[in-house]
Amino acid sequence: MSELTNVYIAEKIRNQFGDAILSASEPYDMLTLVVNPSIAHGVINWLKNDAEIKIQFLTDVCGAQFPEIEGQEFCVIYHLHSLTNNIRIRIKSFLPASNPIIATVTDLFESANWQERETYDFYGIIFEGHPNLTRILNMDEMDYFPLRKEFPLEDGTRTDKEDKYFGR
Amino acid sequence: MSTELTITKAPAGLEGPGFFATNIDKVVGLARSNSIWPLPFATSCCGIEFMATMGSNYDLARFGSERMSFSPRQADLLIVAGTIAKKMGPVLRQVYLQMAEPRWVISVGACASTGGIFDTYSVLQGIDKVIPVDVYVPGCPPRPEQIIDGIMQIQELVRNEPIRRRNTQEYKALMQQYGIQ
Repeated sequence: MSELTNVYIAEKIRNQFGDAILSASEPYDMLTLVVNPSIAHGVINWLKNDAEIKIQFLTDVCGAQFPEIEGQEFCVIYHLHSLTNNIRIRIKSFLPASNPIIATVTDLFESANWQERETYDFYGIIFEGHPNLTRILNMDEMDYFPLRKEFPLEDGTRTDKEDKYFGR
Repeated sequence: MSTELTITKAPAGLEGPGFFATNIDKVVGLARSNSIWPLPFATSCCGIEFMATMGSNYDLARFGSERMSFSPRQADLLIVAGTIAKKMGPVLRQVYLQMAEPRWVISVGACASTGGIFDTYSVLQGIDKVIPVDVYVPGCPPRPEQIIDGIMQIQELVRNEPIRRRNTQEYKALMQQYGIQ
């Protein structure tokens, strides 16, 4: 078995998925792949089942918003960990604001269930096929997605602060 | 060993051999104020300060609050200590509704009183948005001495409250304001 370097893994994934892997980089030595949203599930599935890389652990699923990038306003980020090889991989998928839908990975990792619900709760990203895509942390009556940048962070009902002292 | 006992002063009244006559409001107030059963509703760091308050160093029991009531049905005083998230708001309200009259509420710390530093979408900006509050204790978090001072102010309110206050129009209007029957 050759050494599992980032370059080697990136090359291996590229051979498998070709152009659907949009870019590969190594910020802070962590292999980061930007992939087409339509194959994100496929890449994670492949990494999990690959006999060499052996990803067993989905550390994190989270969202991000970049309103200035047109057509790629939302991003879903998966952090994967191979406990056998002590390798971490980050996978990013960009989604358009008009249609922020991506396939769920709950069929691969049970731990994705609550993390995808949280991402939905805060960004409104829809995970297709999720068994129970409802709010998890915010109150059920909330009618918007609070971490989207178009919504203010502060609460509108605050009465004891003078706006001018707080830059509002 | 010296045993110095401090006994609460009797209210003003008419005293003679074998009898003592006074106002029933004052007797009830005296009894209630020296045996308040608090229900701690502690969600964060103010709750830790409250634990110190009821612990042996500061010893809240000295003020008659010997027994913490962890059931709202047997509690007189709701002590809300800590940040109340909006999701927690209905829970807090439910706890308040389960308490029997007469009931008092003390809001401990900046978060419970106004939202504190958490001027954000997920935090209730003061518990007085969902339940009426009798005494606010400022601080982030307040020291045990301040919490004790707040409880002594509650005692003062309890001592001077007429027994019919809860039947007054004013009180009913206050409850109505919060949608509580």
